[in-house]
Amino acid sequence: MLEIKGITRRFGDRTALDEVTFSVAGGRMTGFVGGNGAGKTTTMRVILGVLAADAGAVELNGSPLTAEDRARFGYMPEERGLYPKMRVLEQLVYLGRLHGLAPTEAKRSGLDLLDRLGLAERAADSLESLSLGNQQRAQIAAALVHGPTALVLDEPFSGLDPLAVEVVLSVLQDFAAQGAPVLFSSHQLDIVERLCDDVVVIGGGRIRAAGSRESLRTAHSGREFDIEVAGHHADAGWIREMPGITVSHLDGPRARFTAATDAAAQSVLARAVGLGTPVPPADISSAGTVAEAASEALRLHRFAPVVPTLTEIFQEVVQ
Amino acid sequence: MMVPPAERNTSPAQSNDPDGREQTGSVSPPFRAAGSSGPAAPPRQSRSVWLVAEREITTRMRSRAFVISAALTLLIVLAGVMIGGIMQQRSADASANPEPAVVAVVGETPKALSGTRFEPRPAADEGQARAMVEAGEVAAAVVPEPGAAAVPAPLTVLALTEVPEGLEETLTYVPAVELLDGTPNGFNPFAYIIALGFGMVFYMTALTFGTTIAQSVVEEKQTRIVEILLATASARALMAGKVLGNSILALGSVVIILVLAAVGMLATGQDLLLGELGGSLIWFGVLFAFGFVLVATLYAAAASLVSRQEDVGSATSPVLMLVMAPFFLVIFFHDNERVLSILSYVPFSAPVGMPLRLVLDSARWWEPIVSLTLILLAIAVFVSLSARIYSNSILRTGARVRLADALKG
Repeated sequence: MLEIKGITRRFGDRTALDEVTFSVAGGRMTGFVGGNGAGKTTTMRVILGVLAADAGAVELNGSPLTAEDRARFGYMPEERGLYPKMRVLEQLVYLGRLHGLAPTEAKRSGLDLLDRLGLAERAADSLESLSLGNQQRAQIAAALVHGPTALVLDEPFSGLDPLAVEVVLSVLQDFAAQGAPVLFSSHQLDIVERLCDDVVVIGGGRIRAAGSRESLRTAHSGREFDIEVAGHHADAGWIREMPGITVSHLDGPRARFTAATDAAAQSVLARAVGLGTPVPPADISSAGTVAEAASEALRLHRFAPVVPTLTEIFQEVVQ
Repeated sequence: MMVPPAERNTSPAQSNDPDGREQTGSVSPPFRAAGSSGPAAPPRQSRSVWLVAEREITTRMRSRAFVISAALTLLIVLAGVMIGGIMQQRSADASANPEPAVVAVVGETPKALSGTRFEPRPAADEGQARAMVEAGEVAAAVVPEPGAAAVPAPLTVLALTEVPEGLEETLTYVPAVELLDGTPNGFNPFAYIIALGFGMVFYMTALTFGTTIAQSVVEEKQTRIVEILLATASARALMAGKVLGNSILALGSVVIILVLAAVGMLATGQDLLLGELGGSLIWFGVLFAFGFVLVATLYAAAASLVSRQEDVGSATSPVLMLVMAPFFLVIFFHDNERVLSILSYVPFSAPVGMPLRLVLDSARWWEPIVSLTLILLAIAVFVSLSARIYSNSILRTGARVRLADALKG
């Protein structure tokens, strides 16, 4: 568990990070989301000790991070950096050795990573002769070559084609599955949404939201619901007549509505359930439950809160 | 404090629970890349320094441009030594068959002079002979020793600055010699050539490897790999590694140049010259090694202020002046004892100035040791300043970092 506690960093009179606090759990992928200049890169540099913080601390498993701990981290900076004229495998061996591996170990590890990333046959080529996407893969390999205890990646997916995203993703997921904390930033919210367990949203140097993906979505879902009824001549039009309900969308058996109060939403649900044979209330209590009626008559097919996408949450919290 | 690999593999609690490191007090890498046995203990600072130095060296040795320019330098040195040898050979041949020299003679021409290359020209008395020598009409004058009673009177040779070669030997006995112009010769070609030689080697090598180190610093800054490196090794270790690697390369090439020059001298029969140079060549190597460390740290610090290769030239120009100035000063003042003594103690010009004074026999045995001590002191001061500048500016990309800001941090 990597904990970032109250990190503040100023550049001149500009406060780049203001009491930034969040944690990156081991074995989980944590997405770090924020606009340009929000403080993602500065935070990552502070974690790696590349930049010093003006206040606050970074802790690993409860004790302050030492230079020795940091040397075992894997880091991929935002601005891609490897030696352009050096051969790919040699760079990996060099970086592995700087991190403390023996030469043979570093070579084996480098070759294996290149193989998994689909770069094995380019191992002896100079970095500058690779395509940008392949340079990116080499960069990932550079962050992983020493078998790091934690991984901090700044925009690891930018510039990758969809296939390469999958390859890199699977390597990172393998890595996270071993139990290490993985923190990565991204502008591509759809990717973060798809593969992150936890999400941290930063804006203007402050943490705006943090937590597991599901809890964030639940926390940011309002009283908007989707309802769908089924059966002969199924029509959800009756919802409009319910008190405290604003229908935003209606299409035959399907409707989306916003309830003014929880009670209003519950009354819609009760009425919908009442359309057919009553079902045990326990099934209805949780979101997304499919309530089914045995009869051929009208019945409730679906009733679920509308869960916001990460993009929506992001837009909401960063405002 | 490593958990043996087998234990690590079979213990899911350790490999899956990052808190395991707390309980066991040992490091359990959660991810094992490529069948490696996980991260070893991070290298100590000295190992990082050496790894960086090693990369600098191997990268340079593989660069075609470097190999070609090094080979070219060696060829030039070899050619210089060969040409020097041939010139010396020719001048030796010339002195074996010299032009006839006119010698003023008072009274009876000594028998010894007849039939030699010396052409006698009669003078009325010693006074006229003296005037002819001073006017440069004759190379020398042979006059009877004033007030000598013996017959034939013992002879005295009068000459302006030096006695024409062979004249003394021609006379049957060693005559007294009186030099009329006491001031030494204004131009010493030997000192000039040695100054030029040492100066060129120092200047070229310091410039080549100084520029190399500057480019290497900016390359890391420009590609931002320095961020990855800084997450493992300290800025000081990175800079020390670069200085060490390039110093080894620079000293290596100087040693090769000196050995090649020595072999060339032996091969062309200039072993006398080599004997005369020997000690100063060794001192040149020693002073160069430390002098270059000084120059290299300054190059690294200056280069760390900028972020683009295009700016390396302007950023390092003050350091270039420090390398170039001694080169020209030593050459200009190779015959000025006082200026040369000062230059032989200034750390930047000492590697050229002190060996030159050793060749010219104008330095006492302890002087190069003092000079070396001064260089070491300068290294202590400049290295800590340079390391400060380097650490403070290596991450500041974009516009050029102001020196004052870099020193403040």
